[in-house]
Amino acid sequence: MVFDDVVEIRFHGRGGQGVVTAANVLVDALLKVGLYGQAIPFFGAERRGAPVVAYARVSKKPIRTRSSIRRPNIVVVLDAKLSELVNVLEGLKPGGTILINSPGKPDIKGGFKVCYVDAVGIALRHNLVLSGWALVNMPIVGALAKILGVPVEAVEESIRERIEGRVGELNAVAAREAFNEVVCVE
Amino acid sequence: MGVALKTLTGNYAVATAVKLARVNVISAYPITPQTTIVEKLAEMVELGELKADMIRVESEHSALAAVYGAASGGARAFTATSSHGLLYMHEMLWWVAGSRIPVVMAVVTRTIGPPWNIWTDHSDVMDQRDTGWLITFTENNQETLDETIKLFRITEDERVFLPGIVTLDAFILSHTTEPVDVPDQSLVDAFLPPRKQPYVFRAGEPIIMGNIPRDLKWNMMMREDIDKAMERAKKVIEEADLLWGKLVGRRYGGLTECYRCEDAKHFIIGVGAWVGDMREAVDYLREKLGLRVGLIKIRYFRPFPREDIIKWLNNAMSAVVFDRSVSPSAGGPIFVEVLASLASAGVRTPVRGVIAGLAGVDVTPEDIANAVLTSVSEAEELGTFKQSVLWFYGGE
Repeated sequence: MVFDDVVEIRFHGRGGQGVVTAANVLVDALLKVGLYGQAIPFFGAERRGAPVVAYARVSKKPIRTRSSIRRPNIVVVLDAKLSELVNVLEGLKPGGTILINSPGKPDIKGGFKVCYVDAVGIALRHNLVLSGWALVNMPIVGALAKILGVPVEAVEESIRERIEGRVGELNAVAAREAFNEVVCVE
Repeated sequence: MGVALKTLTGNYAVATAVKLARVNVISAYPITPQTTIVEKLAEMVELGELKADMIRVESEHSALAAVYGAASGGARAFTATSSHGLLYMHEMLWWVAGSRIPVVMAVVTRTIGPPWNIWTDHSDVMDQRDTGWLITFTENNQETLDETIKLFRITEDERVFLPGIVTLDAFILSHTTEPVDVPDQSLVDAFLPPRKQPYVFRAGEPIIMGNIPRDLKWNMMMREDIDKAMERAKKVIEEADLLWGKLVGRRYGGLTECYRCEDAKHFIIGVGAWVGDMREAVDYLREKLGLRVGLIKIRYFRPFPREDIIKWLNNAMSAVVFDRSVSPSAGGPIFVEVLASLASAGVRTPVRGVIAGLAGVDVTPEDIANAVLTSVSEAEELGTFKQSVLWFYGGE
């Protein structure tokens, strides 16, 4: 039984990395280009640094499904080291896509489309650092937009709306660089 | 059309609606997953976007008491809560309804412990079903916003004069961000007349309320009057839907919506957010399996849509009612009321009650389709259900 007109995404990050904000900015950007989105946080016993997940759905039509995402089309990993703690590929559909924050091509088996972007490098280039952490969530949204075929301008505008001032501007620039720099290997 | 699409969580959709309704007084005590509703409202008040008084209290019981007092004094008043907070408030719900004071409350439906659990089911709000409050369930953030606005008009209608609850499912609506059409203030102003209520407490004009009755029959008559007002509310709800539809272009139906029901022989019945998943299940069962299945979405549980249920199920072959709460040994509350409605009209359509999704257990369109498929096969083969109530845990 398949309902495939909706693209389902699972984000893996660490508490404090802003996975929920990433999903929200994505949904804002989708709306700007006439697509429908749902950003779905998942709450548990999170604390800073612990593995967390969030979800999103993308569709050309209003999305009716509310149940959880078990077989995502795309998995997004904000910290490559998370794959040592959790199975980030769990449930990923055959032929699905994994986007990972990594400076080089990660070794991922299983016939997935593997995309990678040096989100840490991009964040550091713009001094996007908070409490010793590189802010990778907005570059990741930029890279994800490229994969989804969403214009980067929609992401930049959404970031500026959610994050005010110079920090928002820097994040928008970082998102564009990630959009341009993300590499995908089938 | 004077509307603008924004991305909002369900909780922010409620806060936006409350602001558009020009509420005067808000009081609440924080509880997950409701908290971000009143946080957002507090922010609106602080920024001067909403001219309202925010009353800080030490408990949910006091929150509703404060709102009740303000509303008795003529204020349009609002509160919000969830789960244990709603149960703690329960006594005051009877006082507000019994006093016939219109008030609107958002309930972000969350299960009740033990064990400690923050996920959705409908146990908390179903526990309020006999209080005399109107209760509406919403399917998505748009409907949550629309129904919150409408509820102010409905509760303040002189044919009703009862308080009302708008529910949204924990997290899957309350914290999920999606596009919502936010109507222009001028449309909401055109829709909502100035507040009306049966009486107003004013300084210097003493009224006695709630004193011991001299004749107990008066007391009973007050309960009967609430019963009648609840029945009258059915028409008021339909009128509100019609008028709101004219203003913003969105109609939901009155107490119910029937999805793909025209030629349906088998029916699914549900309330709240998982109705969206049920629509997917109906489409699948029709398009892939050729089954004539329809979906009755109950939008208002109070007043209960007895007439609609009878109308749709009169010649049906079967119905499966999904309840996200249970009254132990009686089945789910919606199931029980569907049966009672049919019995009152002598309709003998076989009905199965499926208890699912309690405590936040995830239920997918596939799960719903599977449960319905099993029931449909049984009804077609036997013309009845061997087991009327089923506990269903889903596939994975």
